[in-house]
Amino acid sequence: MRIRSFIMGICALPLSYLVSAPFIHTAGAETPANMLVIANRIDDMVQLDPAEIFEFAGMDMARNVYDRLVAFDPLNLSKGAIPGLAMSWTLGSDGQTYTFTMRPEVKFHSGNPVTAADAEFSLRRVILLKKTPSFILSQFGFTAENVKENIKATSPMTLVIKTDKIYAPSFVLNCLTAGIGGIVDKKLVMEHEVNGDLGHEWLKTHSAGSGAYKLSSWKPNESYSLTAVPGYWRGDAAMKRVIVRHVSESATQRLMLEKGDIDIARNLSAEDIKAISKKEGLAVDNDLRGRIMYFSLNQKHPILSKPKVIQALKYLTDYKGMAGSFLKGQYSVHQAFLPLTYLGELKDTPYSLNVQKAQTLLKEAGHEEGFELEMIVRNAQERLDIAQSLQNTFSQAKVKVNLTVGTGKQILGRYRNRDFDIYLGAWGPDYPDPQTNADTFSHNPDNRDAAKLTGKLAWRNAWDIPKMTLETEAAVVELDAVKRGEMYVKIQKQHQMNSPFGIMFQQTEQTGRQKGVQNFITGSAISEAYYWTVTK
Amino acid sequence: MKRSGIQKAGERALISLPKGLKSVLAALLGIALTMFGLLVVTFLIGRVMPIDPVLAIVGKRASNEIYEAARISLGFDQPLYVQFWVYFKQVLSGDFGQSLLTSNAVTDDILRVFPATLELASVATLLGVFIGVPIGVYAAAYKESIFDQCVRVFGLFGYSMPIFWVGLIGLLVFYGTLGWVGGPGRLDIFYEDIIPQITGMILIDSLLAGDFEIFKNAVSHIILPATILGYYSIAYISRMTRSFMLEQLSQEYITTARVKGMSEQSVIWRHAFRNVLIPLVTVIALSYANLLEGSVLTETIFAWPGLGQYITTSLLSADMNAVLGGTFVVGTLFVGLNIFSDFLYKVVDPRAR
Repeated sequence: MRIRSFIMGICALPLSYLVSAPFIHTAGAETPANMLVIANRIDDMVQLDPAEIFEFAGMDMARNVYDRLVAFDPLNLSKGAIPGLAMSWTLGSDGQTYTFTMRPEVKFHSGNPVTAADAEFSLRRVILLKKTPSFILSQFGFTAENVKENIKATSPMTLVIKTDKIYAPSFVLNCLTAGIGGIVDKKLVMEHEVNGDLGHEWLKTHSAGSGAYKLSSWKPNESYSLTAVPGYWRGDAAMKRVIVRHVSESATQRLMLEKGDIDIARNLSAEDIKAISKKEGLAVDNDLRGRIMYFSLNQKHPILSKPKVIQALKYLTDYKGMAGSFLKGQYSVHQAFLPLTYLGELKDTPYSLNVQKAQTLLKEAGHEEGFELEMIVRNAQERLDIAQSLQNTFSQAKVKVNLTVGTGKQILGRYRNRDFDIYLGAWGPDYPDPQTNADTFSHNPDNRDAAKLTGKLAWRNAWDIPKMTLETEAAVVELDAVKRGEMYVKIQKQHQMNSPFGIMFQQTEQTGRQKGVQNFITGSAISEAYYWTVTK
Repeated sequence: MKRSGIQKAGERALISLPKGLKSVLAALLGIALTMFGLLVVTFLIGRVMPIDPVLAIVGKRASNEIYEAARISLGFDQPLYVQFWVYFKQVLSGDFGQSLLTSNAVTDDILRVFPATLELASVATLLGVFIGVPIGVYAAAYKESIFDQCVRVFGLFGYSMPIFWVGLIGLLVFYGTLGWVGGPGRLDIFYEDIIPQITGMILIDSLLAGDFEIFKNAVSHIILPATILGYYSIAYISRMTRSFMLEQLSQEYITTARVKGMSEQSVIWRHAFRNVLIPLVTVIALSYANLLEGSVLTETIFAWPGLGQYITTSLLSADMNAVLGGTFVVGTLFVGLNIFSDFLYKVVDPRAR
């Protein structure tokens, strides 16, 4: 008798626990109409200073908290740079001096007015702090020594920037739209300066911007929340509060989206995207990102430096097969070094899997009987899948590939030391201008080992290209943006035919959202997410 | 008198002193040696790992100049023993350095994430004790009965089912389909940042703030992860309780008690269970310590911002200050709970006093 009552008691406990749950749970079916709730992986968000931010989640936040002198129109990204905090600008007759006129009556979240002195301070501190993304500005010749001369507020509403030589204006302006172009509140930041750090320590965990939103809280690896600023110069944001919560699991993001607890899920797997695309009330948006996936052939290798072998390996790649199977929803076929949506984009995809053609090319190159190679690759799942596909298709023309898998540090170390046969990896642009990729894929002014131009992919592959290097240098100083775009198209066409780079894919991003959520712009390959455009 | 390994280690290092003082000093020395050893091992592991903490800060695109400046500013150009000495001095003053990933002091980060883990682990352990112990006792008392078989199957499931799978299925059924419980996270998103943070444990803070709406919401969110973690705890505790009880029930003093005509309930609870309490305290303490370490998978699935997730994310990003700080806290918890269980021995067993 006693054991029976005990068993009943034990069973009743968890049952009562779960039965009471529905009465305890009070969650609403949907988020409030003026609040945007996003699930995203934000564990790469390490600090908040625009002079140092260089990670995806941090850049999304900065895009909405800080304004820049020039900006993109989120609803028409292909339009190029448009006025931001600078309402107009002129280029001097020397081709080097840019004069920006600041937008009047704009205020920071602190209430301080936005002036040219703030813009001067913000751009100067990027150079003086010398953090990783500072090269985006320092490539125009700014140094700690000359920055006071070359970035100067000449009146409360006028900022003058002088570059060291003539550059394409589109190049300069595009770079000012990058994260490092965020204008900070000089007065507020300097109140928190410690040991001459220009407020860097404080800005790592606080904000001092003039954007559509101000930062309410940031809990690393957990969430951040933004509050809309009334009277924003672009117009009040419809979403009065934005909360971005770190949810790393795709399946969890999907459940939250289906339950209506979030408006947007940003890291859904292909399977989860497929499942929610059939659900009523939910929608999926596809957008291109900037990352390029490629393999490259070391030109020091006696076989891999032969043009016909290079061509053959490009024909031994199953682009569509990979993009249609394990990379579905994550990458699409793309075969040029500039991501689509960039100025000078090239949509041509001349290569497809053609084993017969590859065999003919190898025969003409004197390698009908094949050869053996080592491919180095980082231990990331998508890269390993691609490497195995290449290993399989290369073998169809008797090219035996041995995979060497290592950590990012090991593989990158060998790549930088030119110690490899084939490298498989990815490249993402640093700023929204074609020069970011052209400078690395098609520019190599000194091919000697001693030159150590490890930042350039052309150098890492020992690809000696004096003519293409000059063409790339010419494109970066072309004043006419349309002509400049055409120059990049021409360079990419040559690159596609002759280079030792087998460019295969461009990353795509799929975002799940409630159907009622409109105008959530993820920024394509050139920008970041915009929250102030969203309506419900 | 029963002593833990920590105490014994300390005692060996001591010369003869008055008994009471010797015991206290031995315990303190043992703790100090354990903590120092923990510090050395975690520090060395952090330095030999094949990831580059400098690269984690400056990024792959950084120039050699920027990389080198960061390396020097972090002190990585110094010999290993100098780096350890600097770190050791910092830790002695309660400073684990700055997290590279959050730009906060590691101590602040741990104070932020630990209450979430403490809350979850405490609820799970309470479930483990209040359900696991009685079913373990009765399973042993009615050995080979249907109830015992059921408990064994239940325990087997608890041991063998991957927590990742159980968590996802739990979410799908109770949150996704039935809508009985709250979703991932500690609160519904729109309740966040409303109540003041006092202890960091939302169940307690909401009660202190008198906000029952948030309390109910927090309960709805903790039910599922705590039940899942608690299930594993129940499985472990019930299996161990059964095993301890079986050992006691086969002793002669139990036969004597039965011969004397004591009721079966008195035999089980007054005699056998009291002796089981001693090893059981250790089992419960270790089970609690394991949960406090943070269940990484449960925290990941339920987007629960706790210590496990913090240490794992830091480890994957080469944030060694955070990893060392987190590991040191976990080690301290184990040592602390070990001492606490020693103390409980003395409470429940007069022979240990």
